[in-house]
Amino acid sequence: MKLFLRTLALLCLLCAFAGCGRKEAAAPGAATPIRIGEFSSLTGREAGLGQYTHMGVLLALEELDAAGGLLGRPVEVIAEDTQSKAGESVTATRKLVSRDHVIALIGEGASGRCLEGAPIAQAGRVPLVTPSATNPKVTEIGDYIFRVCFTDPFQGTVMAKFARDSLKARRVALLVDVGASYSVGLAEFFKERFKADGGEIVAEQKFAGGDKDFRAQLTAIKAANPDAIFAPCYYGEAGLILFQARQLGITLPILGGDGYEAPELIEVAGAAAEGAYFPVHFSLESTDTRSRDFVQKFTARFQKPPTGVSALGYDALMLVADAIRRAGTTDGAAIRDALAATHEFSGVTGRITIDSARNAHKPASIIRVRDGRFQFVETVAP
Amino acid sequence: MTELLQQLINGLSLGAIYALIALGYTMVYGVLRFINFAHSDVFMIGSYVGFYLAPKLGAGSVLGGLAVLFSAMAACALLGVIIEKLAYKPLRNRSTLTVLITAIGVSLLLQNGGQKLFGPNPRAFPKLFPETQLHFGELTVSSNQLIVLAVSIFLLVMLWWIVHRTRIGTAMRALSFNATAASLVGINNDAVISFTFALGSALAGAGGILYAMNYPSIDPLMGTLPGLKAFVAAVLGGIGNLPGAALGGLLIGLVETFISGTRASTFRDAIAFAILILILLFRPAGLLGKMRVEKV
Repeated sequence: MKLFLRTLALLCLLCAFAGCGRKEAAAPGAATPIRIGEFSSLTGREAGLGQYTHMGVLLALEELDAAGGLLGRPVEVIAEDTQSKAGESVTATRKLVSRDHVIALIGEGASGRCLEGAPIAQAGRVPLVTPSATNPKVTEIGDYIFRVCFTDPFQGTVMAKFARDSLKARRVALLVDVGASYSVGLAEFFKERFKADGGEIVAEQKFAGGDKDFRAQLTAIKAANPDAIFAPCYYGEAGLILFQARQLGITLPILGGDGYEAPELIEVAGAAAEGAYFPVHFSLESTDTRSRDFVQKFTARFQKPPTGVSALGYDALMLVADAIRRAGTTDGAAIRDALAATHEFSGVTGRITIDSARNAHKPASIIRVRDGRFQFVETVAP
Repeated sequence: MTELLQQLINGLSLGAIYALIALGYTMVYGVLRFINFAHSDVFMIGSYVGFYLAPKLGAGSVLGGLAVLFSAMAACALLGVIIEKLAYKPLRNRSTLTVLITAIGVSLLLQNGGQKLFGPNPRAFPKLFPETQLHFGELTVSSNQLIVLAVSIFLLVMLWWIVHRTRIGTAMRALSFNATAASLVGINNDAVISFTFALGSALAGAGGILYAMNYPSIDPLMGTLPGLKAFVAAVLGGIGNLPGAALGGLLIGLVETFISGTRASTFRDAIAFAILILILLFRPAGLLGKMRVEKV
């Protein structure tokens, strides 16, 4: 009797699995959705980055669906969480490519984790558009990898130029997260340009991602007597750096990268965030009608204003959608070719033209924290 | 010179927190001879208690801040006793290895339970005390750093008083010396062990609040690294030895800070642990620990 029950249970299980298989097999109907994969840091240290990107992607998805989908088929976005951890991107992209058979990938705004997932997309010939991975190595992985944001060389150069010309800084101290390719890259490009312009790097301090105590490094920086501090990192560390710097009586301007842009920066640092400068891909105070429209729709949908990465997430999906439309098929190679041929695509972050290195070129807006909000200062081109 | 003094202050305020956590490790080791790995997560719970209670208890004023600090300590003391009763007491007569592995299990439970309950994302810790910057010449000391030092010193003195000047403290020392003999002279071992956990966990709770005040971004996994450092501090000072744990904590904090301020900053942990190995090579029982002969 026991054996019989067990066999019965096993049979039921088998049937269940077979059922699953049959559903998948019935694919070639006209109404099967076009599947696009998204992998981003929805939880963990950089959850703010991933969440805001994801909201942008969601908004784009809803607009696409409201307009009747793509090629007469509905669009579906399968989102995977990378938990802000090294290694998780590989698992997430593998799952999306080999199990969900997505036709395109959007994802991982953090460069380090994008560098993990991108080779899998390249190997599987699935076009990948990253919203905000700015490290130059990302698109160098292969001809299937694109981005809608500016790059680290560009960001580092812009901030060096801004420090030199607008802040009149001659001596700058660096504070670098040696565990993040993003931070190391930005610091290098900043240093190169700043030195070429006749500036001096008076101190170079290091820390490792996840650190919470920066007092020792900041004290050493203070002793070197710089005019400004360049501390490229993500908002989590940036908030603590600002907080502790002001506690130590350092009132200098503190410059960062686009990773500073998250409401959490001001939440953690409070009044200490005043006088932080960083470049963004998209300013809430932009006067462009498309941008204004986006801010309005986003705020209505999510009850809070978007950040730069939301706009980039939106543009990333819209760019993919545009490429699918122009390709007229869901074939990976055809979408790749269409993406590479993108010319003057009108996105909410500006007009996007993809160059031969699969990067998007756009000017950066510099933001300053003032009175607890992100205020637009100026636009800097390299 | 100014830089040196400034680093000294930075190092002391970090070390004081390590010292508070290290005391909990060392006290439990003293009476039960095992490392309570869940201790660093009690520290994390302490800062979350502060996070949730701060708006309710009027944080931002001196009184409100103290109220938050003491309620977090009380909550952690309770949690410590509950953990001991549920997880460790049923294993009282088993080998220490069993209890040690249980401790790791409790630690994982608290970490992952915390992620489920509080959410996995870092939260901004509210201001507890009014904050000002004090300037002494070119030195800048934040009032928060002074509060950390003052509270730590106060708690250390209180602890010393409890252990050396009260009946329950005498019972703790007796138990640590010889548990069987202690119960023979009429000491209620279970009550003393509970009290030890309550005391150690309260210190961890205070540490959690003080840590979050200085690094106002808290998450459910925040206990791991400070916990590890504090454990090292306890071993460095001589595990089971109270002044040793305090000394070890201060030392680790100072060494870390001084190395972070130099070009070798990325080797901070490597150098700190190398020093630990060196000290243990020459003083296997730690700085203040006494060698004792193990009976086989």
